[in-house]
Amino acid sequence: MHNATVSELSAALTAGKISSAELTKLFLERIGQLNGVLNAFVTVDAEKSLAQARAADERIARHEGSRLTGIPIAHKDIFCARDWLTTCGSKMLANFVSPYDAHVIERFNAAGCVILGKTNMDEFAMGSSNETSYFGPVKNPWDQTCVPGGSSGGSAAAVAPRRAPPATGTHTGGSIRQPAALTGITGIKPTYGRVSRYGMIAFASSLDQGGVMARSAEDAALLLSEMAGADARDSTCVDMAAEDYTRTLRQPWTPDGSSDRPLQGLRIGLPREHFGEGLAPEVEVAVRAAVAEFEKLGASIVDINLPNSPLSVPAYYVIAPAEASSNLSRFDGVRYGYRAPDYADLLDMYRKTRAQGFGAEVKRRILIGTYVLSHGYYDAYYLQAQRIRRLIAQDFDAAFKCCDLIAGPTSPTVAFKLGAKASDPVQMYLNDIYTIPANLAGLPGMSIPCGFGSGGLPVGLHVVGNYYSEARMLCAASHFQQATDWHTKAPGV
Amino acid sequence: MEWETVIGLETHAQLSTVSKIFSGASTAFGAAPNTQACGVDIALPGVLPVINRGAVERAIRFGLAANGKRADNICRRSVFARKNYFYPDLPKGYQISQYELPIVSGGSVSIVTRSGEKIIRLTRAHLEEDAGKSLHEDFQGMSGIDLNRAGTPLLEIVSEPDMRSAEEAVAYAKALHALVRWIGICDGNMQEGSFRCDANVSVRRPGGPLGTRREIKNLNSFRFLQQAIEYEVQWQIDVIEGGGTIGQATVLFDADSGKTREMRSKEDAHDYRYFPDPDLLPLEVSDVWIDEVRAAIGELPGERKKRFQESMALSEYDAGVLTNDRETGDYFEGVIGASLASGEARDRADFKLCANWVINEVLAKRNADNLPPWQFAVSDDTLGYMLGLLRNGDISARTTKDLFAEFWEASRAKKFSVQGGSKSMVDELIASRGLKQVSDTAEIESIIDQVLLANPKSVEEFRAGREKAFNALVGQAMKATKGKGNPATINGILRRRLGA
Repeated sequence: MHNATVSELSAALTAGKISSAELTKLFLERIGQLNGVLNAFVTVDAEKSLAQARAADERIARHEGSRLTGIPIAHKDIFCARDWLTTCGSKMLANFVSPYDAHVIERFNAAGCVILGKTNMDEFAMGSSNETSYFGPVKNPWDQTCVPGGSSGGSAAAVAPRRAPPATGTHTGGSIRQPAALTGITGIKPTYGRVSRYGMIAFASSLDQGGVMARSAEDAALLLSEMAGADARDSTCVDMAAEDYTRTLRQPWTPDGSSDRPLQGLRIGLPREHFGEGLAPEVEVAVRAAVAEFEKLGASIVDINLPNSPLSVPAYYVIAPAEASSNLSRFDGVRYGYRAPDYADLLDMYRKTRAQGFGAEVKRRILIGTYVLSHGYYDAYYLQAQRIRRLIAQDFDAAFKCCDLIAGPTSPTVAFKLGAKASDPVQMYLNDIYTIPANLAGLPGMSIPCGFGSGGLPVGLHVVGNYYSEARMLCAASHFQQATDWHTKAPGV
Repeated sequence: MEWETVIGLETHAQLSTVSKIFSGASTAFGAAPNTQACGVDIALPGVLPVINRGAVERAIRFGLAANGKRADNICRRSVFARKNYFYPDLPKGYQISQYELPIVSGGSVSIVTRSGEKIIRLTRAHLEEDAGKSLHEDFQGMSGIDLNRAGTPLLEIVSEPDMRSAEEAVAYAKALHALVRWIGICDGNMQEGSFRCDANVSVRRPGGPLGTRREIKNLNSFRFLQQAIEYEVQWQIDVIEGGGTIGQATVLFDADSGKTREMRSKEDAHDYRYFPDPDLLPLEVSDVWIDEVRAAIGELPGERKKRFQESMALSEYDAGVLTNDRETGDYFEGVIGASLASGEARDRADFKLCANWVINEVLAKRNADNLPPWQFAVSDDTLGYMLGLLRNGDISARTTKDLFAEFWEASRAKKFSVQGGSKSMVDELIASRGLKQVSDTAEIESIIDQVLLANPKSVEEFRAGREKAFNALVGQAMKATKGKGNPATINGILRRRLGA
């Protein structure tokens, strides 16, 4: 049962083959077996989960369930969930029990999903390896000496070894796609503004976006249909009705498509800049093979340029820290969260609280962000980075004139060893070199499993679509997954 | 040596919305600490601001009102920015304000001082949120934080440095106060902090370059504004004349000592690291919306003043006083309405009579009793009715004054069942005290017949040219009416009968 997809679980629940309580117990047991090793969850609360499961069972019995009622789901610990510890991976919030639900949590709760627990993450989502968490690193379920990627590493390491059917994640630079790639699962980050950020603890507001980490494109479509949609509490959330992304999943790309060439008419752009220096050969081999598979399914391939791509990482590491330095000011020890035990006066309280409450990577980014916003530096850094951001968006605009989707590697390498890049922030930042450009532009993106490297570690294929083209991306990914079985592979833990 | 004072004011007007600028919490004053602060106001992790449309609408209203209803000073696209600094009563660690692109750029306010009318230009007006309040007493050495005020909508109105004296600064602050109240965007309650000013003050040689300014923070009464500026100007002159220089600084005014003292110098100034708030989209204001707001503003003080001058032939001074605040103008118009029975023609003298009464009697009493502009102990209806009786000769001017004073005191002492008095109460009092004048010409004619017959000596003296004799005859006639004769009627008839 733990290998079933969300739609299979949904069918089993509706048919009464299994109860949500049984399903929840099954997953809680499986989490219990492995969490000491993988450290994917920060908080598990069986009592709360089972109460929700029983309520879901009653709802199903009354035939009032939706297709997600009774489905267990893990939430990244960046989402505020009422009465749940919500730590954001930080000592600063290690004692913070949220008094309210994030929009995303509210939606899943309303649908009748069961919260399996809160997943580990890089502190305040700042990291690409899940090593910056105050609650310790998360291990890659394929190789416990390797990182699972980050910042949604806990969610990835919960879904990949079937410890949660799906999980929520959030994305600022590469935080859904990169861990999805490194753990061999399907991750989607929708267009900026498609999912409300209300209740999602802010890292970089103009980039943060909630999304899904799942076993397949189909599951991702099912979950995203529940998450996306307008929310008056987030001014940056677009006023667009929710869509059912599963509706067009199996349809051919164009009406001309046939069953063996369903993607006839799809033009896939391969950015030259994403196949150059720095890309591990084992990743390139798997990605090229996946592209060939798309061709077999009827897609045509075009070479494209994203000339400003090389500027994306520097621009990102100005904009994201700038926003973070301000967003994290509220963690001051005054109203909630950590407060240093001993201090002389107000200033001392601030200093000690923030010095003790934040980890090194968070402090580094607060310092960078404070610096680039400072008087006399703002124009040279922040405004310049915003200009680059516009140029990058223009690159994509131009590219989408000659292709429908853009594909390439999600991450330059497969999962790397724990500690390998911990002391070299720039190397760590370069992990997100392929995902950051699309994120600066606010475009939707996915990572889908497309093979394994020489050491048996998963490789992810990166797919980027135009604004609000989630349904199209998921459709293409779903056809790929109909024809391949990479997404069905699970680590042997 | 001669010095010129240069003053610019930054005024924070609390906007009269029911809820806060970025959350749904109430803005009502005086609630128990922290009972009107929701998750957004206390900056829980993950919360987001959503702009209150009512606050934007009020900012537009102000922009139009300060610009003769033209909209060229309203920015169709303004931007919220974060002003970053740490303080316990600033929950997010930043204040959401507007920086590079405020919603209002330009406009002006006209003031009248002893030296005449002057236009004070406005630099800008921007929307922002208020901070909470730190309470430094009664917590056994700790400080308390009350976040009820956090997120209260403010319009910060910045003037150009166009004022040249404390008198002008106070006149400007008063005019601005009247305007924001007039257009209903701010209750103007200065005790509760709804309207407070920061004054930028410098001195220079007349015609010379601008001096270095010091900013006096948080002045919440016109008296303090005046005192603080006067002290500060003298202090700056003394420093410069004593060979010193003025350093740019922020200062506080201590009302007890009447002195300003430095809070922080320019070197200690914060670097607020302003940047556009990524949680809020640029604020877009459509022409349609502006038109709607304009249509709902109604008559502005300047327009009303002009109308009073042109259609009622009031002097500029009278029209100005009567339009100082909206309530006085409304009251004045209420008095006129009630003083004339419906359909009756009004003439210049009626308007002048009502204007004199409101200015000389009503406003004098309102000021003497230190009442707010909207509080009139005698209602416009009641006073108008009294003035109607006076105009018709039913009661004398003396009687009217006495009646009005009596009503005002009784109403202030809450002796009235009807707030402000009523027409029937006026009628009752006149009847019970027999205050009605005799204006019936036939009755007075017959009384005068008797007076002339009974006082031939005085008639003779008058005809011989002694004016005093006329007064004696009037006195006799008044006596014969037991003091209730209308003096004007008696005068007229007597003169005609004596052929004078």
